[in-house]
Amino acid sequence: MSVTSEEVARVARLARVRMSEDELARLAPELSKILDWVEQLSRVDTSAVEPMTAVIPNRLRLREDVVDADPDTGGGRRDDVLANAPAAEHGFFGVPKVIE
Amino acid sequence: MTTYRIQGRTGEWEVVIGLEVHAQVTSRAKLFSTASTAFGAEPNTQVSLVDAAMPGMLPVPNRECIRQAVRTGLAVEATINRWSRFDRKNYFYADLPQGYQISQLYHPLVGEGTLLVEADEKAGILQDKRIGIERIHVEQDAGKLMHDQHPSMSYVDLNRSGVALMEIVSRPDMRSPAEAGAYLRKLRAILRYVGSCDGNMEEGSLRADVNVSVRRPGEPLGTRTETKNVNSVRFVMQAIEHEARRQVELIEDGGTVVQETRLFDPGTGTTRSMRSKEDAQDYRYFPDPDLLPLELDESFVEECRASLPELPDAKRRRYIEVLGLSPYNARELTAEVETFARFETLLAETARSSGKGETEVATAVANWILSIAPGVMNALGAEANPAFATAAAQAAILDMQARGDISGGQAKEIFEHVLRSGRAPKEIAETEGLKQESDAGAIEAAVDRVLAANAEKVAEYRGGKDKLFGFFVGQVMKAMQGKGNPGLVNAVLKARLDG
Amino acid sequence: MTQLTDLGVMALRNGVARGDFTAAEVANAFNAAVAEGGALNAFIVTTPDHAAAAAARVDADRAAGKPLGPLAGVPIGMKDLFATRGVQTTAASAILEGFVPPYESTVSQRLWDAGAGMLGKLNLDQFAMGSSNETSHFGNVVSPWRRSDGGETPMSPGGSSGGSSAAIAARLCPAATGTDTGGSIRQPAAFTGICGIKPTYGRCSRWGVVAFASSLDQAGPMARSVEDCAVMLEAMAGFDPKDATSLDEPVPQWSAALDADLRGLKVGVPCEYRREGMDEAIVAVWEQGKAWLRDAGAQLVDISLPHTDYALPAYYIVAPAEASSNLARYDGVRYGLREAPAGVGLQEMYAATRAAGFGDEVKRRILIGTYVLSAGFYDAYYTQAQKVRTLVARDFRNAWAECDVILAPTTPTASFPLGSLSEDPLTMYLNDVFAVPASLAGLPAMSVPGGLNPDGLPLGLQIIGKPLDEQGVLNAGLAIEQRAGFTARPQRWW
Ligand SMILES: [Mg+2]
Ligand SMILES: [Zn+2]
Repeated sequence: MSVTSEEVARVARLARVRMSEDELARLAPELSKILDWVEQLSRVDTSAVEPMTAVIPNRLRLREDVVDADPDTGGGRRDDVLANAPAAEHGFFGVPKVIE
Repeated sequence: MTTYRIQGRTGEWEVVIGLEVHAQVTSRAKLFSTASTAFGAEPNTQVSLVDAAMPGMLPVPNRECIRQAVRTGLAVEATINRWSRFDRKNYFYADLPQGYQISQLYHPLVGEGTLLVEADEKAGILQDKRIGIERIHVEQDAGKLMHDQHPSMSYVDLNRSGVALMEIVSRPDMRSPAEAGAYLRKLRAILRYVGSCDGNMEEGSLRADVNVSVRRPGEPLGTRTETKNVNSVRFVMQAIEHEARRQVELIEDGGTVVQETRLFDPGTGTTRSMRSKEDAQDYRYFPDPDLLPLELDESFVEECRASLPELPDAKRRRYIEVLGLSPYNARELTAEVETFARFETLLAETARSSGKGETEVATAVANWILSIAPGVMNALGAEANPAFATAAAQAAILDMQARGDISGGQAKEIFEHVLRSGRAPKEIAETEGLKQESDAGAIEAAVDRVLAANAEKVAEYRGGKDKLFGFFVGQVMKAMQGKGNPGLVNAVLKARLDG
Repeated sequence: MTQLTDLGVMALRNGVARGDFTAAEVANAFNAAVAEGGALNAFIVTTPDHAAAAAARVDADRAAGKPLGPLAGVPIGMKDLFATRGVQTTAASAILEGFVPPYESTVSQRLWDAGAGMLGKLNLDQFAMGSSNETSHFGNVVSPWRRSDGGETPMSPGGSSGGSSAAIAARLCPAATGTDTGGSIRQPAAFTGICGIKPTYGRCSRWGVVAFASSLDQAGPMARSVEDCAVMLEAMAGFDPKDATSLDEPVPQWSAALDADLRGLKVGVPCEYRREGMDEAIVAVWEQGKAWLRDAGAQLVDISLPHTDYALPAYYIVAPAEASSNLARYDGVRYGLREAPAGVGLQEMYAATRAAGFGDEVKRRILIGTYVLSAGFYDAYYTQAQKVRTLVARDFRNAWAECDVILAPTTPTASFPLGSLSEDPLTMYLNDVFAVPASLAGLPAMSVPGGLNPDGLPLGLQIIGKPLDEQGVLNAGLAIEQRAGFTARPQRWW
């Protein structure tokens, strides 16, 4: 399975990673090689097999509807939430202006 | 059933409508964090490390959100999937901190259900119609962007980020704006009956994505467009109307409809293409590896079922079949939670204070709630103090009327006094002289006086001129200054004249 | 007197408890070793104050006669994938450079609660993606080991927990945390002649650990002895309500129950791990391992894990797919690097930020992951890989009918010179061929030193156990450790 640099460009756009023409040209054969290699999975007959959903038999636990049950999962810590933001202003995160 | 058609240049067109409704689940904390869901807080104060998608943060689902979605599913007679799971919908946007929305694509919590839209001739819905519900899934809401606070930046507030939503997806079963409007109103009523969503469209607790296509009647489905986030019933109907006309004109002019996302402009009532969201929509859904499959046991579902209140359709049926209300009254009373709540409170109070069965007083209470009381309130306008309109006061008025102590007109007058002053109805009736004379002796005396004074007419009546009965009633009432109990007056007159 | 830095976790803990030395002396000794170990580049940041403060608390508690925690007085290294409150946490990436979490990961918190102190944040492959520690934004980690040819070729400490493995082998710390997604604890342990255990998936909370591939990531300890690993793991493991995949199971006292008497134990030897053209030294150490286990009383049985060959390609679909989504949050909005030349829009900012903030290997995996999840490819790649994963797990389940633990080599080769494989991702990926199957199945697995190859480089033996049977794995590891008598250590050159 050979991936063209146009396809790499499409995927890079989807993944929001800017790439130069050089990078795309370098990555196309690399990705092709990796995809060729994983392609061998198609040889495995999985017609009667369910995809794995839980590695270790375990079921989803639900938590109670309690506000700010603990500081790790609760709100009311705006300063912490904004502390590492590259452009925080007036209690908001700032981003380049979005035109909808 | 509807025969709604768009009249195009080249003939008639049918509209096909499906709605995807996002309803905010009533819960104190968010779907995957314990931050509050309360509306209107300062920006980013209800944001946990989880909601801000800090490195290493993990989601743990809120039982109440799952419970409310299951209850909603049961309320629309849907299949509850005892095995469901969460998927990630991947895309990049400033209101989506994780870079993905946790949603359910492959295995939703709730499967097929149905919702009954009742006939409403005025709206062109000729008979009852069942609208299919394809699925209900649970997902995270996004944050909010503000564009007008800074010249070159948009501001991000994540307070809503991670609030639980139910996405309720209908089948494309609706055929007119009116049907869509009725569906949305009914869905909103059910959600509010169940208590799984407050239905507040202004605060965005309920938003609809409107899928519209047009076709020649009987032909296969046309290409649809999706108009996003329409937040009122009226706007939904407007959006459909505009979008259907636009599509018809486009096709008739030789164009083709493109499958796309559109935006509704409430100012103009029109829709426009949302190019920004069109850019390479490939959401790469896959099961969220941070969450195991959601497995519900029978007892959980049964607890949800047992907690459901009487729902609109059952209530309406009971009002007609047990309380003997007219279908119109029954539908009006059950349309909104507040209306039926007021009705049932007043009904119980009236039955209790009058010592009569609910069935006996139901029609009077229904008429009072739906037309008489609102009529008096509206007429008084600002002079009315709604706080005085307690169930006890209104029940007292209805009780006096049921006993024949007051007439319908007196009931309205007394209610006016109540709304103005908050005084007790009985006391008003006494002091304002707003009472009927029900004393048999007094009525008999008045009747006898009138008959004696009109001997000729009595003879004519007895000779077969039945119509004169009304004249005698009028005369007796006049003699009693309008306060005679009409029922008793009639009875005494009848006995004297025919006896 | 032996140097304090030569002592392991148990010896330090017991020495402090007995009063042979103070926790402060221990912290000072290791802080000094760390300061002198700069050439290894094992640490991204050092935190001598953290270690000193923890030690001071322990010494004060001891003086006051208060009970001491199981790791009291033991300074450790923290892989820089664990969020540490107030201390930069980077996942060895540029995109998180300068990020200071206002929170502490569950695992690190448990370690501090047990009395441990932190010597610093350990270097790793960027976002734990790599098997050689050559993808860190903060430079390669250099193994303390060199080939016995007298040359100075810098060798790989393995990856992704290569800062951890190098620091422990070089006696910069007695133990460290690691994380293992597809071998990232076991492979570096094997490369540096130390022990490391990846517990059953769900034993250690993932809360506060920078995610690589959520369904595979597991934290675990690395140290120089099986017993040290056991006591570390006891502190790290345990149910965490903040991680929905955390196992609600009691944490056994593995260290107390350690037992190298393997009579009655059946050890499976999977024929599929015997690969064509396999390194002679690996074959030899594996044979030696069998003999040691037999000597400990175990019975060896040949088993088959028929889907072994497909585990690695399945892993290289599942892990990048999850990673492509897990790493979407690094977008320059809430923390970390932002590249936003004047006038660019939001989406261009994302693309520029992520281009500048992620290294080549991370980008490669993000692209692979995005590709296999994208429309039209999802079923052929992702769903098929998850089905193969079911088959890999089923192979193990079938094997447990015939054996209690499995013995295999940890890696197909010993360490290699830094730079020698970095041009060839596929060959690099093959490093984890023996480690990945247990990861896909969520099983506990450990690497213990088995000996040295002819070049004088360490080789590891891997023991894989049943779900939740860390005890079985540790016991078999102990039996090997006792018989291997592995005392080799790198000659100090740094
Ligand atoms: Mg939708
Ligand atoms: Zn949705």
